[in-house]
Amino acid sequence: MTSYFLDHIWLIPLFPLATAAVMLLVGRRLANAAVSVLCVGSVLVSFVYAVGAFLELVARPAGERLAQTILFEWIPAGAYHTSGGMLDRFVADWGFLLDPLSGVMVLIVTGVGLLIHFYSIGYMGHEGGYYRFFGYMNLFMFSMLTLVLANNILLMFVGWEGVGLCSYLLIGFYFKKKSAADAGKKAFIVNRIGDAGFLLGIFLISATLGTLRFADFHAALVAGQYATGASVMTAIALLLFVGATGKSAQIPLYVWLPDAMEGPTPVSALIHAATMVTAGVYMVVRNNAFYQLAPAAMAVVAVIGALTAIFAATMGLVQTDIKKVLAYSTISQLGYMFLACGVGAFAAGIFHVMTHAFFKALLFLGAGSVIHAMSGEQDMQKMGALAGKIPTTYRTMLIATLAIAGIPPLAGFFSKDEILGKTFEANHVLWLVGWVTAGLTAFYMFRLLFLTFYGTSRVPHDVEHHIHESPATMTVPLMILAALSVVGGWVGIGGRFEHFLDPVIVPMAERPEAASSAGTEYALMAASVLIALAGIALAWQMYLKNTALPAKLAKSWNWLYQLVYHKYYVDEIYDAMFVNRAKDLGLALGSFDANVIDGLGVNGAGWLTRFISTLSMWWDTWIVDGSVRLGARIVWLVSYPVRMMQTGLMQSYMLVIVLGLIGFLGYYFYLWKH
Amino acid sequence: MANGMTLDRILFYFFAGLAIASGALMVTRKNVVHSAVFLITALLATAGIFLQLQAEFLFAVQIILYVGGIMVLFVFVIMLVNLDVSMRQLPFNKQGWVALLLGVALGAELLVALRGGVGTLGLPPAAGPAAAMGNTEVVSDVLFQSYMLPFEAASILLLVAMIGAVVMAKRRV
Amino acid sequence: MVPTSNYLFLSLALFTIGVIGVLTRRNVIIILMSIELILNAVNINLVAFSHMLGSVNGQVFAIFVITDAAAEAAVGLGIIIAYFRNRETVLADEMDLLKW
Repeated sequence: MTSYFLDHIWLIPLFPLATAAVMLLVGRRLANAAVSVLCVGSVLVSFVYAVGAFLELVARPAGERLAQTILFEWIPAGAYHTSGGMLDRFVADWGFLLDPLSGVMVLIVTGVGLLIHFYSIGYMGHEGGYYRFFGYMNLFMFSMLTLVLANNILLMFVGWEGVGLCSYLLIGFYFKKKSAADAGKKAFIVNRIGDAGFLLGIFLISATLGTLRFADFHAALVAGQYATGASVMTAIALLLFVGATGKSAQIPLYVWLPDAMEGPTPVSALIHAATMVTAGVYMVVRNNAFYQLAPAAMAVVAVIGALTAIFAATMGLVQTDIKKVLAYSTISQLGYMFLACGVGAFAAGIFHVMTHAFFKALLFLGAGSVIHAMSGEQDMQKMGALAGKIPTTYRTMLIATLAIAGIPPLAGFFSKDEILGKTFEANHVLWLVGWVTAGLTAFYMFRLLFLTFYGTSRVPHDVEHHIHESPATMTVPLMILAALSVVGGWVGIGGRFEHFLDPVIVPMAERPEAASSAGTEYALMAASVLIALAGIALAWQMYLKNTALPAKLAKSWNWLYQLVYHKYYVDEIYDAMFVNRAKDLGLALGSFDANVIDGLGVNGAGWLTRFISTLSMWWDTWIVDGSVRLGARIVWLVSYPVRMMQTGLMQSYMLVIVLGLIGFLGYYFYLWKH
Repeated sequence: MANGMTLDRILFYFFAGLAIASGALMVTRKNVVHSAVFLITALLATAGIFLQLQAEFLFAVQIILYVGGIMVLFVFVIMLVNLDVSMRQLPFNKQGWVALLLGVALGAELLVALRGGVGTLGLPPAAGPAAAMGNTEVVSDVLFQSYMLPFEAASILLLVAMIGAVVMAKRRV
Repeated sequence: MVPTSNYLFLSLALFTIGVIGVLTRRNVIIILMSIELILNAVNINLVAFSHMLGSVNGQVFAIFVITDAAAEAAVGLGIIIAYFRNRETVLADEMDLLKW
């Protein structure tokens, strides 16, 4: 069995990195066609390598599905004592790991990424900055692939930061628009808060275990050194989860995702639906060893996941912008994934990541196609009856909407049902929340569908003429994704997917409650389908049959409607509590800098220097020069009387002679006498 | 005897008094000519003193040279110089009183010195040997033998003085 | 006999008068005449001692003094005439060209 691809998994992130570098250096001078070939081509090559590596991995027996390649020791540092009493040398290496989990992720990232890159050729073809867009997208691919393929948590963090950066760059792609620039900043800053927690978690792991490699976590924790519920494990798990809430838009750090819709639609599809936002889920599953040792943390994860799911769903009910609806839908579905992780169904979480990638990417790309047809209009209130005019887009979006609603046998049904089933086993209340959210999801997604494609046309006259189906570069990815949305869930039948991921999940002591019986499972399945159908029916009633109903309801429950429409004023609350406080601090520091440091320090130093120089000048003028002038003045003063002696009169000279004579003689006579 | 001694004294006092009076008067006269005349009398009195001291040659030289030569010269110059203007000037200068004081002090000091030694000098002169030769011969004897060199030097001095005086006084032509 | 000290006192008196005259009078001619008086006083002194000691050296010295006095008077008067021709004054107070 050759292992060419497994030995060369480190190349997978490098292809897009190389083309990103090319774009950075010479992209301006390249023609759009050249840019397309290079950038999409590099992702294609990465995809090929990913597929090859995955096949080689699968070819191995189940117990040996782990391929690690360490390129070089990145940070070799000194020795230190861990809290576990071990003396270790801190090592962080630049290494890559392919196991079932990262194999699934790398396929999703490269596969969906490839489709979206292809789609972007058509969508962004008329935009300025074509090379810049693809450069950033490829840089994102590099970061995301580093993230999923990393063999240690520090390198994963490097990728984590990289995707955050690319998210900022791409959200603010239309940088001349203030709202876009602000949205980019918001995303980056909110992410940063999460990253702080993540970093603290990394430090704690390093201090406790003395190693950063995932393979080592697994081994150390299976060995049973730490008791379940140990406080250090809870701390690590919670800190890492803080990072996940930032990256994967959970409560309380979800606020950046709706604003991120300012970016071009392919960006929303790739980054904010299929890949980046799922990085948080991937990270939690990767570190499942810690979570399984901290039941308290898992409870927190589950509760937040459930709350986020229902909370976001309610906000999606009343949005009018097509992309915003999809954004809240993403937040809600991410809540499901964390709910799964929180109840211990890690494999189910990853399963939902996969299916969600298919249909959410499809939904966004479809929305992009609609917007393209509508000449840039995104408000659903100005759409309607588009089904006949853009048939391919309509059909693929219908498939995606059915998938997200959880209608069997499409993909969404399998993954969502898996999650709800495992949740029911853990906690009935959480199941109830998840079940209601499923209904809400179906409702607002079909609301979107009906408003956009059915009913009477509310399209403005000047836009109506330009409505046209998108080019092949855009519709082909839609069709591929639609196909995946249909069949993608079938890999989970019979628990095959779950078993595939078994080597990754640390086996812990079995929980007391047994798995539910087959009967309960079927009952739950039926319940999920029923509430989904109920949601669809309600949406049909409100938006197709009785189109005046939404407005009437909004008016009679106006306070509730306003509350939900304004997203529960969370952004405003955050602004008042945090953002304005930070700005005030900035202003205060700025004025401190201008007045105290510049004023006292710089100007003060200048004033002091001038003052000292004045003193010095005084000293020099009055004392140094003064002593010189004093000497001269003394001579001048003394010279007056002395000068008087030069009378020029000989008689005065003779007088002095006589005087001297008297003295002289007197002296001699004195001597003579004595 | 007493007479001789008394005559000596009388003559001495006479000449001394005349000299001192003339000197004092000379110094205090406003009129320059008067001063010159009084100097002449003082010189004559001095000549008398010389005579009394049995210096006959010097007595003669004093009168011929000093009075007859130098004083005549003085009078000539007094005439040449503008008398009228100087007659109207103050005779004494600004330092007069101080000078007087100092002069008196000098005199007093020398007086004290003299008095201190007066005892040693009080001896009457030795009975002067009535010299076989006259005073003139004795003087010339010493002058032309022992003091030949100073004599010649003095003559050159006089030559130089003559030339100098002529040069100083002649008009620039 | 007149004691020698008398002559010395006389000489002293004349000397003092002469000094006072030199220092006090404004007219230069009178200053010169006072100098002559001083020289005479010296002569008296010399001759008195010559008489007392019975030596004739004093008188010879006095002859030289007189010679000197003559030369000096001649040159001095010449100078006075020259100065008078230039400055029209014989007053010592007005001869202060070497003043500061």
